[in-house]
Amino acid sequence: MKILVCISKTPDTTAKIAFTDNNRKFVTEGVQWILNPYDEWYALVRAIEIKEKDPAAVLRLVMVGGPDCDVVIRKALALGGDEAIRVNTEPVDSFSVASQIAAIAKAGGYDLILTGKETIDFNGASVGGMLAGLLEWPFISLAAKLDLAGNSATLVREVEGGEETVEVKLPLVVGCQKGMAEQRIPNMKGIMGARSKPLKVVEPVAVEPLTEIVSFELPPSKKGVKMVAADNAEELITLLHDEAKVI
Amino acid sequence: MSVLVFIDHSDGSIKKTSFEALSYGAALAKQTGVSAEGVLLGTVSEDLASLGKYGVQKIHQLSQDSLNQLDAEQYIRIIATIAESSGATEIILSHTNTGRAIAPGLSARLKAGLVTGATALPDTTNGFQVKKNVFSGKAFCTVSIKTPVKIISLNPNVYPVATGTGNAEITQENIPVNAAAVIIKSVSKASGEILLTEAEIVVSGGRGMKGPENWGPIEELAKLLHAATACSRPVADAGWRPHHEHVGQTGIAIAPNLYIAIGISGAIQHLAGVNRSKVIVVINKDPEAPFFKSADYGIVGDAFEVLPKLIQAVKKLKGVT
Repeated sequence: MKILVCISKTPDTTAKIAFTDNNRKFVTEGVQWILNPYDEWYALVRAIEIKEKDPAAVLRLVMVGGPDCDVVIRKALALGGDEAIRVNTEPVDSFSVASQIAAIAKAGGYDLILTGKETIDFNGASVGGMLAGLLEWPFISLAAKLDLAGNSATLVREVEGGEETVEVKLPLVVGCQKGMAEQRIPNMKGIMGARSKPLKVVEPVAVEPLTEIVSFELPPSKKGVKMVAADNAEELITLLHDEAKVI
Repeated sequence: MSVLVFIDHSDGSIKKTSFEALSYGAALAKQTGVSAEGVLLGTVSEDLASLGKYGVQKIHQLSQDSLNQLDAEQYIRIIATIAESSGATEIILSHTNTGRAIAPGLSARLKAGLVTGATALPDTTNGFQVKKNVFSGKAFCTVSIKTPVKIISLNPNVYPVATGTGNAEITQENIPVNAAAVIIKSVSKASGEILLTEAEIVVSGGRGMKGPENWGPIEELAKLLHAATACSRPVADAGWRPHHEHVGQTGIAIAPNLYIAIGISGAIQHLAGVNRSKVIVVINKDPEAPFFKSADYGIVGDAFEVLPKLIQAVKKLKGVT
């Protein structure tokens, strides 16, 4: 069993969101970078659980990005995984990232590729599906459970209005979300061990991005909260009906 | 040249989000001077010709029963085939569970640039630029699609449904349907509930509700308002409410017209899931709860005293006794 987990770095949830250079660039000064929570808590931890049951399994991590990603990659390796691969190029769009990972996947002969359902910065939710499309493998999005038996996987995925239990033959790409695994905290042994795990840096393949970012903007700020006294709570319903016109 | 809209359905009915996508696609077609068409895989109870009222001239249908359930690979192949044969230059989907399963694969197959979670019609005056939510609702980003064929998935509840008159022509497509690679073993769908991602009003409870046995008033208020119910992460983690009700950064992100948060302090992770709501009401007994800073209306008070008053007021408003 060879598993590849796609990871990415995102600003910490509490990071201040601001833009510079005519609103074309995200301000990175003072921003704490973390592993994208969906990649970490769900995709990576589930892959680690699979390897714990099947020690012969090979678990590799892949990230597309520059040398500044290495700190975050080491944090991921502290949780688990045998080695990591960094494709040495700045991500431009989901398609270019998916194409870089597809090149790694084709060379590695993997059975299973796990991604988070989306990143919390760009919210594209696209790399997993594009990767599956490029590899011509099935893709299960919004997966909340994954179990393996031989060369077949049983998954629970979220669909419109509920969930489905599905069975798919490997190889397979899975977009992971809540339910897949529980968050783990790396222990000292993991952190020390991560330092000596291989982190291979590979050069990118040539890809033409399909989209590009033009600009960012912040939403208009709220006018401020209008308070209603608790003993006059009925007034809220009148305001929602007459003023906000939402009920 | 045309705009092709993917029409999704569940349990024999077209999704509300697809009416939004049809209206969006028709407006885009009008803006760029081309025709608007739809594609529906499987069968629905609605009269497809009547979808013309949303501004589409033609509906492509494949009515095999096996297509009534999501089969991403087949959907992608069939939509791509129809897009190519009908000369579609833009493909519109909804950014829903189904859209998430198929839009990226469609993009990779057609080498067509994709913007997911669009919040407005594209600006076509200078290239093709689409606005979307980024940073979990904390900012917007304008993205330029550079390829001849463009794919957009539209966020639910951001584009109004617009209807006029007209009938659509129905074309039964003859594209082979292969054996499914993904075998569906079982399906569990909540029936009769208003879907959280589609709801115009959401009533949500947090730890301040003290226990699962206290959810009665939240459910009653939600029912009166035709709202969906939701909860914060600690509530779902404690098992007070099902996980599919968890809104927030690691749960579901929603954008209703009205979000009523009761007993939720408003941690930044929770805000990430609800900050696209048009109007936010916060009811919390702690006047220092951070959620008040993001709210439009607020009440500092005990949920168990405030909720009955709200229920009475809504009953009065709706003429329910």
